Amino acid sequence: MPELECAFPQVVNNLAPCLAQGGMNADLANFISILLGVVLIAALPLATLLILLVVERKVAARVQDRIGPNRVGPYGLLQSIPDALKMMTKEDITPAGADVFIYNLAPIIAFASVVLLWAVIPFTPLHIGADLSIGALYLIAVASIGTVKIMVAGWSSNNKYALLGAFRTIAQLLSYEVPLVLALLIPVMIAGTMSMQGLVEAQRGMWFFFMAPVAAIMFFIANQAETGRAPFDLLEAESEIIAGYNIEYSGFKWGMFMAGEFMHAFTASVIFAVIFLGGWIGPGTDQLPILGFVYLGAKTVVVYIFGLVLRSTVPRVRIDQLMSFNWKFLVPLAIINVLVTALLLQVVNWLGIAPQGDAASDLIANLPQTVVLLLGNLGVMGTVSTLVRNMGRQQRLADEAVEADTEVEELAHAAAH
Amino acid sequence: MAVLNEWAFIGVFFAVAWVFPFAPIFLARLVAPRKPNPIKQSTYECGVETVGDTWVQFKVQYYIYGLIFLVFDVEMIFLFPWAVAYRELDFFAFAAGFLFIFLLADALIYAWRKDALEWV
Repeated sequence: MPELECAFPQVVNNLAPCLAQGGMNADLANFISILLGVVLIAALPLATLLILLVVERKVAARVQDRIGPNRVGPYGLLQSIPDALKMMTKEDITPAGADVFIYNLAPIIAFASVVLLWAVIPFTPLHIGADLSIGALYLIAVASIGTVKIMVAGWSSNNKYALLGAFRTIAQLLSYEVPLVLALLIPVMIAGTMSMQGLVEAQRGMWFFFMAPVAAIMFFIANQAETGRAPFDLLEAESEIIAGYNIEYSGFKWGMFMAGEFMHAFTASVIFAVIFLGGWIGPGTDQLPILGFVYLGAKTVVVYIFGLVLRSTVPRVRIDQLMSFNWKFLVPLAIINVLVTALLLQVVNWLGIAPQGDAASDLIANLPQTVVLLLGNLGVMGTVSTLVRNMGRQQRLADEAVEADTEVEELAHAAAH
Repeated sequence: MAVLNEWAFIGVFFAVAWVFPFAPIFLARLVAPRKPNPIKQSTYECGVETVGDTWVQFKVQYYIYGLIFLVFDVEMIFLFPWAVAYRELDFFAFAAGFLFIFLLADALIYAWRKDALEWV
């Protein structure tokens, strides 16, 4: 066995072999390196959370022409710390008649389900928690745990508003999972792998955002709904169901729901950046892998801020509009999109313009297939928008005809008296 | 070994992810005041006393959405292996996928025509 160099920068990547070289039991060394990696990656969303809460409030404040938190620390950046301390000292109320065990379990599920997503996110070419061969499937599976927390919280609280909120939220989350997964299918199809690192590598030549814009936009919308952001924030419709499924929670348990929600929104942006915006891809990542972290961060912030601005500018939709939009628009579109992309990939194969081998990471070699896919996507967008516009016009005409009829009837009625 | 290591990582991650939210809740339990009384613990309905049982039968619409979702969810999982191998397959794979997705879409059209998607 060759001697490993176990000075500071190298030891980070080779912790287990280095420890074993120092005379430790190999299994124990392995376990320690895994545990350290897990704690590091799980701490990452927690660290970002402290900043996220302030950024979220700052952006919302700016959109609404307010200043936002500005007292604690420079620009109010430390606001989260007193907030957390305050939550810590609040009384924890368990409502009478609550199902205590699952009532206490729900906030933990809420938080854990989001932290778990970070296990498969590639930060740099070298740094990823676990590069599972089924990374994309893992993302979907873990994201679905989020649905369980809402059912558990709403059911165990023994409150009608909580139960009502939980029902509609579950209906929403279940429904929007369909376009989410079907949109995720497209990058998997183009890259030919489900491994997260593989999905990023496949974007070396061209980001999937340009190869599959329809899937990207659909993924963004579905994610906005999955994380309960406006215009899909029915799960916390204050004016209708007070606060939804977490109404009976207080203190830090309520805080866990909030923290989970904020973190989920950020995590969804990270996933979007990884799958559609090339993740850590950028100039110089091969020489200096840690740069990838910066690129991923920058891309994520762009997506996240866009989501925030969207959240603070659009009004909430009604539940029937929400469900119709999903089942009558997004799902059919997602199915058509899968078929169109499948057909286009066959065309690419038939024309023989798919980049082979090393050329796959070259921008020029990727251009022909990107053009084919992009044109197909634009075609889908154009057709769909024309169809929707025509249907809307017919609907409006029909509505106007009905209105005119009732007006005539009313006039006739008035004249008869 | 490498593959096993990845899953060992996920296993440890599962354990740690549960500890992370548990710790502050446990800490808050030590710090926060606890003075329960019946009024405080009563169901929160804006001051109005609650009437009847909470756990009642709910709207049938939710079941219908649940059923439609189930159809899609199961079928989508079957599409993933197809998608992974797709670029190496020939036109027959497209035909097979088309047939499969058509059956999937068929279920949606059926539900749509039966007005299962209308919010009543």
